[in-house]
Amino acid sequence: MEEKKELRAYKEESYPPYPTKATKFWRRNFIYQFFKFWQLNYKIMRIVVKGHT
Amino acid sequence: MARVVVLGAGISGHTSAAFLKKMLGKKHEVIVVSPSQYYQWVPSNIWVGIGKMKVDQVRFKLNKVYNRWGIIFKQAKATTIHPEGDSTTDSPFVSIEYVSEDKNGETEKVEYDYLVNATGPKLRFDLTEGLGPDNNTLSVCTFSHADHTWNELQKRIELMKQGKKQRFLIGTGHPTATCQGAAFEYALNVAFEIRKRKLSHMADITWITNEYELGDFGMGGAYVKRGGYITSTKVFTESVLSEYDITWIKRAGIKKVEPGIAHYETLDGEEKSVEFDFSMLIPAFTGQGFKAFNKQGEDITDVVFAPNGFMKVDADYSGKAFEDWSINDWPQTYQNPTYSNMYATGIAFAPPHSISKPMTSPNGTKIFPAPPRTGMPSGVIGKIVAQNIAEFIKKGATEHKHTANMGRMGAACIVSAGYSLTHGQGATMTVSPIVPDYEKYPQWGRDIEATVGEMGLAGHWIKLFLHYMFIHKAKGYPLWWLLPE
Repeated sequence: MEEKKELRAYKEESYPPYPTKATKFWRRNFIYQFFKFWQLNYKIMRIVVKGHT
Repeated sequence: MARVVVLGAGISGHTSAAFLKKMLGKKHEVIVVSPSQYYQWVPSNIWVGIGKMKVDQVRFKLNKVYNRWGIIFKQAKATTIHPEGDSTTDSPFVSIEYVSEDKNGETEKVEYDYLVNATGPKLRFDLTEGLGPDNNTLSVCTFSHADHTWNELQKRIELMKQGKKQRFLIGTGHPTATCQGAAFEYALNVAFEIRKRKLSHMADITWITNEYELGDFGMGGAYVKRGGYITSTKVFTESVLSEYDITWIKRAGIKKVEPGIAHYETLDGEEKSVEFDFSMLIPAFTGQGFKAFNKQGEDITDVVFAPNGFMKVDADYSGKAFEDWSINDWPQTYQNPTYSNMYATGIAFAPPHSISKPMTSPNGTKIFPAPPRTGMPSGVIGKIVAQNIAEFIKKGATEHKHTANMGRMGAACIVSAGYSLTHGQGATMTVSPIVPDYEKYPQWGRDIEATVGEMGLAGHWIKLFLHYMFIHKAKGYPLWWLLPE
């Protein structure tokens, strides 16, 4: 992926947290994300079941 | 034999019709009236807008499914509602006008025992001067809009390849527009596609929104557990936009769009403008604008509908101050208070008030998001209304056994942030309940254990999985009824 430009201070977009290389790696790590897929689906299902009376 | 008429065949109307027919069987009649011959899975229009899905992947013809189920389908638009009948009949009815090729222009009175109004929103591009695909901006609200938008995006990509820098403006196109989530998704997907083509240096992407803070999404924002902190969706949303090299303008109500320039008012009352080469802006939504008449032919539209055109249901419309809002203001059964055999589901019901705090500029312009009613609550509401009506008809029940209050039910929103099975991303966001309940959850307004905000490849897989699952369900394929809304 192409990286565009470096962040500059004193601009609004420079204040929020920016993901580190490690964070980006885990976000696309196949095995970790496979686990996340099921974990998030479980969390969604809990909400879905609760929402149906 | 009882007859139930469902107006609209979107997520809520289609769900309602499907469960009504399943529960009522052949002894009773279910009629669906919709001007479109297609069912469309709206959440995937985003992917049509970036060329990752074809139009036929997000839609299918309704008559095939309805023929199989035994539902009568009338490709027509409803024009007036007569809940007491008229001088010629005591039965309530809806006047419809056909739009199908074979009966175009023909009118008919469709009598009903129960009416489910699931007509969704009317896209009010006209409420912002110069807005919309027929004017100066684009849209992904329908599959045809999204397809057109993809054609325009391709032209911009070609220009960037030729070395011509392009300015993209994506967000809300009216001071009280809602559906920020869809526009946010589109902004992220456009940025992803541009970055994938190594053209980021040729693009300036701006997110423009009427939210007080980013991450409000029309539901007053939310709090999520992240990195050892409980943090607001403002931080989460700003972080994602920053990562995707998208700058933002917030507290902005777009009032006029001219070719290549959008004029907006800020919550501070300043009049500003922003230039663009490509713009996708979500319009304001209202109800469909039906008229209702009593038996004497008198106009009772204001009795049945709220001023915004959405149908009144069992909500508290007394107009309380923000500080006095409660989840009990929100409807539970979606029954019209005047005519007990009429219901409104999905986006068609009139919300008692917004969820976001109302904000007004010094000039008196209201700049804040209207309440969203996404696919999940729309489906749930459609289903419980069907269940209650079926029990009234079959068992003679008199009480609503099934309820769905947006202050008690949660919602999951999967925000696509790049389409790729190996390098894509999606933000998985869940909130429970949708409307904050500060009595039950005094600190955060919602169940912090059930509220999620996570970015990653899994989010893209989930969104893709949901696409196929809900198309399967909508087509009535085996065990469709087991799949949750």
